[in-house]
Amino acid sequence: MNKKKWYDYLWIFSTLYIILGFFNILFAWLGWICFITPLVISITQGTKGYCNRYCGRGQLFSMLGGRFGLSRKKDMPRWMVSPYFRYGFLIFFFTMFFLMLWNTYLVFAGADLKQVVTLFWTFKVPWHWAYHGTLFSPGVAQFAFGFYSMMLTSTLLGIITMVLFKPRSWCVYCPMGTMTQMICKIKAHEK
Amino acid sequence: MKKAFIDQNLCVACGCCLTACKLNAVSIPKGVCAMVDYSKCVGCGMCAKKCPASLITIKEESANE
Repeated sequence: MNKKKWYDYLWIFSTLYIILGFFNILFAWLGWICFITPLVISITQGTKGYCNRYCGRGQLFSMLGGRFGLSRKKDMPRWMVSPYFRYGFLIFFFTMFFLMLWNTYLVFAGADLKQVVTLFWTFKVPWHWAYHGTLFSPGVAQFAFGFYSMMLTSTLLGIITMVLFKPRSWCVYCPMGTMTQMICKIKAHEK
Repeated sequence: MKKAFIDQNLCVACGCCLTACKLNAVSIPKGVCAMVDYSKCVGCGMCAKKCPASLITIKEESANE
């Protein structure tokens, strides 16, 4: 049996992140770690070290679907594995990300703060209980609501595909995974 | 002898096979796609079981040569 390493427990961080968002939305800013780290690893080292080792979300799905038996462990449909879907989802995800940044900018510029979490980019869920004011501009909070919406939505998508297909099905179409693989391919091609 | 074969065109390099393989027969060089070291692979199928995209098949080595 392999001895557990410190990074095998990063699922705790991912779980805590989702829980903290229910109490104070400003914790959503911590999500940048999951955005920046994979990019830094792929750009500097040319590997998918984050996905392979440090992704707490992947570990969480693996645990829920594996040890807790919440996954049907069925094959994913072929179209979900195709590069068209993976890169299409990457483009869609980042389009929505930049739209969220635009909405944040509008609040910085004077628009009203919307204390809602938008699930699946569609359903607006009141989330005012997790906002207790900020020392900074309301734009800081708007970004937190937007970022948390994205993180919660992707976690829910991951859970749905975990249940329907294999535990780490999310990894197949994870936008960060697709992007870091793209960076690695470009870097490998350059050498 | 049976071995693991990975569809490298579709592999997403997530690393599930990497952690599943107890013999360290799988690697992901340069983060592009998973590769099998056939001198170590015993075709146990653990990697195929874990691959979320179901891109690993276990078959006779000679069938692919």
